[in-house]
Amino acid sequence: MHVRDLTLTVPAAAGPVNILKGIDLDIGAGEAVGIVGASGSGKTSLLMVLAGLERATAGTVQVAGADLPGLNEDALARFRRQTVGIVFQSFHLIPTMTALENVSIPMELAGDTDAAGRAAESLGQVGLSHRLTHLPGQLSGGEQQRVALARAFAPRPKLLLADEPTGNLDVTTGRTVMDLLFGLQERLGTTLLLITHDPALADRCGRQVRVADGRIV
Amino acid sequence: MISWTLARRELRSGVRGVRIVLACLALGVAAIAAVGSLRQAVDEGLASDSRRILGGDLEVQSGAQPLPDTLRAWLRARGAVLSDVVQLRSMLIAPSGSRQLVELKVVDPAYPLVGAATVTPGTLAAALADQGLLLEPVVLERLGVTPGTRLRLGQTEVTLRGVLDAEPDRSAAPTLLGPRAMIGAATLAATQLVQPGSLLNYDLRATLPPGADATATVAALRAAFPDQGWRLRTTAEAAPGAARLIDQTSLFLTLVGLTALLVGGIGVSTGIRAWLEARARTIATLRCLGASTRTIFATILIQVGALTVLGVAIGVAVGAILPVLAVVAFGDQLPVPPRLGVFPRPLALAAVYGLLTAGVFALWPLARAAQIPGAALFRDALQPVRLRARPALVAGNALLVLILVGLVVLNSTARGFALSFCAAAGATVLLFWVGGLGIMALARRVHVPGWPAWARLGLANLHRPGAGTVLMLVSLGLGLSTLATIALIQANIRAQVLDQLPAQAPTFFFIDIQNDQLDRFKTAASTSGATRITEVPSLRARLVSVKGVPADLVVATPETQWALRGDRGLTYSATLPQGSRIVEGQWWLSDYDGPPLVSFDASLARGWGVTIGDTLRVNVLGRDIDLRIASLRDIAWRSLALNFTMVASPGLLARAPHTHIATVFADAGHEAGVLRAVTDTLPNVSGIRVADVLGAVAALVGKLGTALAATGSVTLVSGALVLIGAIAAGQRRRMAEAVVLKTLGATRGQIRAAWLVEFGLIGAAAGVLSALVGTLLSWGVVRFVMKADWLFLPGVLASTVLGCVVLMLLFGYWGTAAALRAPAAPYLRGE
Repeated sequence: MHVRDLTLTVPAAAGPVNILKGIDLDIGAGEAVGIVGASGSGKTSLLMVLAGLERATAGTVQVAGADLPGLNEDALARFRRQTVGIVFQSFHLIPTMTALENVSIPMELAGDTDAAGRAAESLGQVGLSHRLTHLPGQLSGGEQQRVALARAFAPRPKLLLADEPTGNLDVTTGRTVMDLLFGLQERLGTTLLLITHDPALADRCGRQVRVADGRIV
Repeated sequence: MISWTLARRELRSGVRGVRIVLACLALGVAAIAAVGSLRQAVDEGLASDSRRILGGDLEVQSGAQPLPDTLRAWLRARGAVLSDVVQLRSMLIAPSGSRQLVELKVVDPAYPLVGAATVTPGTLAAALADQGLLLEPVVLERLGVTPGTRLRLGQTEVTLRGVLDAEPDRSAAPTLLGPRAMIGAATLAATQLVQPGSLLNYDLRATLPPGADATATVAALRAAFPDQGWRLRTTAEAAPGAARLIDQTSLFLTLVGLTALLVGGIGVSTGIRAWLEARARTIATLRCLGASTRTIFATILIQVGALTVLGVAIGVAVGAILPVLAVVAFGDQLPVPPRLGVFPRPLALAAVYGLLTAGVFALWPLARAAQIPGAALFRDALQPVRLRARPALVAGNALLVLILVGLVVLNSTARGFALSFCAAAGATVLLFWVGGLGIMALARRVHVPGWPAWARLGLANLHRPGAGTVLMLVSLGLGLSTLATIALIQANIRAQVLDQLPAQAPTFFFIDIQNDQLDRFKTAASTSGATRITEVPSLRARLVSVKGVPADLVVATPETQWALRGDRGLTYSATLPQGSRIVEGQWWLSDYDGPPLVSFDASLARGWGVTIGDTLRVNVLGRDIDLRIASLRDIAWRSLALNFTMVASPGLLARAPHTHIATVFADAGHEAGVLRAVTDTLPNVSGIRVADVLGAVAALVGKLGTALAATGSVTLVSGALVLIGAIAAGQRRRMAEAVVLKTLGATRGQIRAAWLVEFGLIGAAAGVLSALVGTLLSWGVVRFVMKADWLFLPGVLASTVLGCVVLMLLFGYWGTAAALRAPAAPYLRGE
C-alpha cells in the first residue's frame, strides 16, 4: 500500500473541514500496522479512503496495485470485493440475514459457487458453527463481532481494515475477538490495518502509526 | 389526565411520519363523502324539481290508447288544470332529402303546466302555431336547415320556427333513438302519424288546486276508473328511472369508495405501526419511569385518535367540496340538476366509516405498542414485540368489523349486494395475505446454486424478517383488483353490446308499417338495395292482470317488474319465431284458430310466477283479451332478430287492426338509399338505424365507464399511497443494507437488480392474483347482478398483470434510487 500526499476535505455548514492533511504511508504485504491517535484525529477517515468508501480530495492511493482515485464507484466495489475485508466497531451486519448469509454475501457477490460452504467454514474458525442460522439480533455483541470477523476473512482478502473492533465489547470478549483476528491474520498472511485506542492492542501490531490533526506524526 | 399531558407533548412534534396515514384515511373518506353528498344533492334536486320534471302534480299515462274525456271531466271537476302530451317517433325530412329520426313530442296550448320551455326565437305558443316545429339544435346542424325551412313530417309539411333550448319536464336522460322535435296538438292530425297500432304514448298531466292531496286524488281516480290499467304518477315518482340510476350508481361508487378506505386502512395499520415503533424508545423510557400499561395505552390511543380525527376531518372537508367541482365540470351529465349544499348525513356517515376503519386497523398496532417492555431500552435494538392475540383484543376488533359491515349493509339500497361486497372484500384481503405468505414460503424454499448473487439476494429479500412482501402485495393487489374488476365488467358490456352485436344486427328497424302498406314497404326496400327483409305483425298490448291479479299488484322479482308497466309489444305467429327455443309446453298447430293462446318469455314467467295454463289478460285497442299460456320460450334477444315477450296464436288478433315492424339488412353503400326509398314511399313509417343506436349506447357506456374508472382509480391511488408508505418504512433498512452491501463489494447494478427482482416478483404475483380476483368478481357481477353472459377477456387480464409488474418496478426503482445514492462513509461513521 502506497499513499502519497493524501488530503481529504469535506464541506460543512461553517466552511470546508480539512480532515486529512498530506498523509504519506507505505505498508508492506502481510504487515500488521496499528493506527492510533485521539478521537477526531482522522483515523477512521484514513481507513475509509483506503477502503475506497471515501474519495480523497488530492494525493495518490495505491492498494494492491489498484489506483483508487481513478476508479469509479462500481470499480471500487469490485476492488473491495476482491481485495479488502473490513471490521467495524458497530459490526454492521445485515439484521435480516442469518449469520451464514451475512458471511456468504461478499463471496456470493463475487460469484463464488461454494459461498455457503466457505462461510460455514469461516464461522467455524471463529467458533460459531452452532449459530449459523441465527439472526444478528439473536446473538450477543461478541458473537456479532465474530460473525463480522468471519465475514471479513472468509473471502481471503489481501488487506484487512479494522476500526476499533473491540470498542463495543467487554475486555474478555474483546480479547477473544482480537486473538481470533491476529490468529487469522497471521495464518492467512493478510495485511492488517488496525485502528485502536487500546495501547495493548496496538502493541500487538508489528508497527504503529500515530495520527494527529490529519497528519502522521 | 397524565395521558392527555403526555399525548399532547408527543404530538407537538407534528404529523411528520404519519402523513401517509392521514392521506390514506382522507382519500377514502373523501371518496365516500363526495359520492354521498353528490347523491343527496341530486336527490334534493329531484325532490325540489319533481313537479317540474313530472310536468304537474300528477300524470296519467295510457300508452297507445287515447285517454277518455270522462277522465278529463273528472279531474276538472276537482279543480285540476290539464295538459295533454303525446310522444312518438317519426322521420323528419328536409327539403334536401336528408332525414332524421326524431323523438316527437306533441303538446297542447296548456303545456307546460309547471316551469317554462325556452325557445329561440320568440315564445312556445307562437312557434308551434300554424304547423310550427321546434327542434333541438343538433337536428338543425344534421339536416342543414334554418328557421323558416319547411320539412316533411308524416303526411304534412311543418315550418321550422326555431330551436327548442329547454323543456321543463325533461330530465337529462340519454336519448338513444333520436333528438327531440316538438309540434302543437293541432298539427298532429295533419301528419296522419297516429294509426291503429302506432307506437306512441298518451300522457295527461294535471296541476291540482292549492291544498289538494295528489296521492288521495290518485286513489280516488283509481276507484272511479277501475281496471283501466293506466299508469298514475305523482311527484313522489317524478323520475323513477333517474332515481333507480342514482340509487345503483351511488351504491356502486360508495362500495368502490369503501374499497379505497379498506386499502387505506392497511396504510393506517402500517403507518401507525411504523410511527409507534419510532416511539418505542419513548414508550420503553416511560415504562422504566413507572408508567402503567393502561397509561401508555391511553396515551398512544389519544395520539392515534387525534391523528385519525384529523385525517377523517380532512376527508370530510374534501368530500364536501368535491361535489361542487363535479357539478361545475360534469353537471350537464347528471340526470337532474343537483341542489348543492352541505349535507350532514352523508358527511357524518363517511366520517363514521373512516373512524371505524381506522379503529379496525389501528387497534392491533396500538395493543402491540402498549406491550413494549421497559427492558427494551437495554437492548441493542428495540425488537418488535410479538403480540399475543388476547380474547379482548380479538373481540374488540371483531366488534368493530361487525359494526362497519352492519353500517355498510344497512345504508345500502341493495343489502344483499352490499353484504356480498363485504364478504368479497374480506376474502380478497385474505387471498392476498395468504398469497403473500405463500410467496415468502416459496422464496424461502427456492435454492438454485447457479443463480447470480443479485437474483438470490432479490429472492431472499422477499422472505427475510420484516420483509414488506405481504403488505406490498395486499396494498397493490386490492387497488388493482378493483380496477381489473371494473375494467372487465366494462369490457364485458362493451364486448356484448357493441362488439358482438353489429356482426349479426340488421341495418334498420322500421316501425309503424300499416297492414295495407306492407307490400309497398317490401318493394321500396328491396328495390333500393335491401338484401334481407323480415317483418312481423305488431300490436300494442297493456297488461291488465296476471292469473286474475291486477298488473300493479303482481308480486314480481325486481328485474322483471319493468314488463308489468306500460305498453308491451305483442305479435301473433303460426310458427315459432327465429331466436326462440321452447323450454316448456308446446307450440300450437299452424292452422290453430281456437281461443287465444300465448307463448311467453320464460325468464319473465319465472319472475312473475306463472306457468303453462295460466292466463294473462291484456288490453288491445281498448278490448280485454285473455291469453292462456301454451308455451314458455328462451329468447336470444342479443341476436336483434324480431322477437316479442308475448307471441299469440293467430286468429282473433290477426283480425284486429295492427301495424308491422320490420328488420332490413343492407350493405353500407345502400343504407341511405333504403331509408330514403321507404320513408319517401311511406312517410308515416320510421326507420331506426341500428348503428346510430349502438353509437349512442357506446357513448353512454363510455361515460359510465369513465365515471367508474375514475372512482376505481381512487382505490389504486390509495393502494399506491400504502405502497409508498411500505417502501418508505423500509427505506432506512434498505439504505443501511445498501451501504453494507457496497462495503462488501456489491455494485449498484447488483443491488438494483436484486431489488427489482424483489419488486418485480411481488408485482407479478399481485398482477396474477388481481387478474384472478377481477375475473371472479366480474363474473359474479355480470352473471348474477347484471344477469348477462360473461365473456373471458384475456387481453384485459394480460394488460392488468403487465401493468401491475410495470407499476411495481417503477415504484421499486423510485423507492430504491435514494437508498442507492446514499454514500457509505457517513452511515458507517454515524453508527
